[in-house]
Amino acid sequence: MDKKKNQWKAWLYLLPAIVLLLVFTVWPIFNTIRMSLLKDYDDLAAIGGATFEFGFANFAKVISYRGFLTCLGNTVLLTVITVPISTMLALLIAVALNSIKWLSKIFQTIFFLPYVTNSIAIGMVFMAMFSMIGGGPTTEPVSIGIINTIIEACGGTRINWVNAGSDYWSNMFVLIIYIVWNALPFKILVLLGGLQGVNKQYYDAAKVDGASRLRTFWRVTVPLLSPMIAYVVITGFIGGFKEYSSIVGIFGESMGPVGNPGSLNTMVGFIYDAITNNPGRASAAALILFAIIFAVTMVNLYVSKKRVHY
Amino acid sequence: MKVVLEHLTKIFPSRNKKDKNAEVVAVNDFSLEIPDGKLIGLLGPSGCGKSTTLFMISGLQEPTSGRIFFGENDVTKLSPENRGIGLVFQNYALYPHMTVQQNILFPLQNLKGENRLSKEEMLERATKVAKLVQIDEFMDRKPSELSGGQQQRVAIARALVKMPRVLLLDEPLSNLDARLRLQTREEIRRIQRDTQITTIFVTHDQEEAMSISDYIVVMKLGVIMQTGKPQWVYDDPANLFVAKFLGSPPINMLSGKVEGGALYIGNERVLEVPELEDREVYIGIRPEGFLLRANGRLTCKVSGIDVMGRDISVVSTNENSLNPVVRSIISADEIGNAEGDTARFDLKPHKVFLFDKETEERIYFGEQVAAHEKIIAQMKAEGQDYVTHEGPLPREADDRSSSEQPPEEKKGILAKLKGLLPKKREKAADEQPEPVEQPEGQDDKE
Repeated sequence: MDKKKNQWKAWLYLLPAIVLLLVFTVWPIFNTIRMSLLKDYDDLAAIGGATFEFGFANFAKVISYRGFLTCLGNTVLLTVITVPISTMLALLIAVALNSIKWLSKIFQTIFFLPYVTNSIAIGMVFMAMFSMIGGGPTTEPVSIGIINTIIEACGGTRINWVNAGSDYWSNMFVLIIYIVWNALPFKILVLLGGLQGVNKQYYDAAKVDGASRLRTFWRVTVPLLSPMIAYVVITGFIGGFKEYSSIVGIFGESMGPVGNPGSLNTMVGFIYDAITNNPGRASAAALILFAIIFAVTMVNLYVSKKRVHY
Repeated sequence: MKVVLEHLTKIFPSRNKKDKNAEVVAVNDFSLEIPDGKLIGLLGPSGCGKSTTLFMISGLQEPTSGRIFFGENDVTKLSPENRGIGLVFQNYALYPHMTVQQNILFPLQNLKGENRLSKEEMLERATKVAKLVQIDEFMDRKPSELSGGQQQRVAIARALVKMPRVLLLDEPLSNLDARLRLQTREEIRRIQRDTQITTIFVTHDQEEAMSISDYIVVMKLGVIMQTGKPQWVYDDPANLFVAKFLGSPPINMLSGKVEGGALYIGNERVLEVPELEDREVYIGIRPEGFLLRANGRLTCKVSGIDVMGRDISVVSTNENSLNPVVRSIISADEIGNAEGDTARFDLKPHKVFLFDKETEERIYFGEQVAAHEKIIAQMKAEGQDYVTHEGPLPREADDRSSSEQPPEEKKGILAKLKGLLPKKREKAADEQPEPVEQPEGQDDKE
């Protein structure tokens, strides 16, 4: 009797959470799957009582888009390049921050700044830094950003990084710097936390054992941090596949430099673009993205099970 | 390898920036010669600076002043890896991600230049050491798959594999359960005898130190209180602290006075001490120093009797006792001498120690004078210094922040030098030790 009553109470207490989860998580997931399987799904038409053809037509359509392949390519490229770079940099910075006492608070603040800054705002600043307005092969530009100023001061030739007529790899380069820089704070935070949890005696022991700094780093620090590193890499991959706001920040909603819209579009960008016209196709793309992230995360987990040391 | 410590002092700067006087003197003018091939126990209550002393010998902490010699070499400035030491940490500090074998191999893999061994030699050395500490069957396990005692032995193997000149053990047994502790301390003794490596180990457990050390060094608040063979220190404590710290069950402390050539506890005349002047004293009586007699001189009220086989422990009370009870251990056939709840004891003079109430220094009387001199002579004959603390005791831990260092400690050129030492060095020494790259070709060649 008592037990049943308590169970009833437990469900009552869980109710707010369950309702919220049902409305905002379970139903959207279910609805996404439903929409993705209905050809040319339209909300208004659905309300009007229209029926849609059931099948995988949305998926087929999405995959056959050339634009989709561009988005997928951009996404994979950005992820594969930025995750290793930002992880390595974050590890080095975390180790450095952990070993300096002097000014470490100030450096921590500097490195954590991007974490608390709006990414669109950062993107605009990047745009300004890399910009070069006007100026062709023969004409002088109207204004150039600080990066080109520095390049010219060092004797190099200015590069059209992000403006009209800029080429794909210049754009990518700026994006990669932006994404790496933006990804650093969280990774540093996690790794620094991990480092501070490492018992100092391991370092004393390594010192007595005559290990050089470099060997201590590779043989002691990295293995001891491996759970944190795995976490950072996995979340990095997940975040990388969902890259969107950085491109909007730098290039605007056209997802590409002026004159070449969509050239830097990503998976999430593709989904956003499709939502208004064809929610069914957007749902299909979202599920494809989900499948990719799921697969990559599984691979990550499998690898880290072998490489994470304890 | 003989280890000589000269006037070692370690001062940790004040953590509180406002109160510069709050610096902590962890080790205070510590001088000691440790003979080659012996097992030395550094013994003292927590916070007495014994671990700091060990870490200074290891090179992980830099002394504020003073010097350390290994044999004839001054190693004060050498980094740990160049000193030829093996160090076993209190919680072993085994690398959790490496197998036992990788842990043992790690120090060998770090050797450089001409000291570098081939893979086969490394494996051979590791296997040999693993056999010595009897863990060779667990070579492929991770530390987490071993028991505490096995981890301990891996840590010792890792420390020994480089063939150190000095082996340092920091509270090596404190993380083990009671049974393993007994077993492992015998093991440490055996390994030390087999290898003949000068070994220094730190413990707060007097029984542990007494049972396996060749010599013990009793410390309090960074100062050596007494050195010597365990039995000597037990039989002939130089001051109140040492007497109280050694012995299980602990020594009985009573308050009394010398008057007219006799020792009084309360108004009972317990011992004849004709050569002593009248004074107030603390009286320490070892539990085995009592004889239960029908007409004994010291009267105590019996509150309990524990029969321990051959011996009997009589727990009694005396109003002059500084402890709650007076615990005596007497032979079983004396028990008939007790009447009701009153026990009358005679005291064995060589088990009774008198201490000055002011300085807490030992007051020798009767045959103790000769016994004391004999022990000092024996130590000299063995090449060991007899070191005790003289002068006022170091300030107690709780009034550290308020009082200055006792001026008696700062004398001679060394103290003057200490004052001249740049502040920077003290600060640097307090910071967490960082892995330092081993300079090429600076390896100590034996």
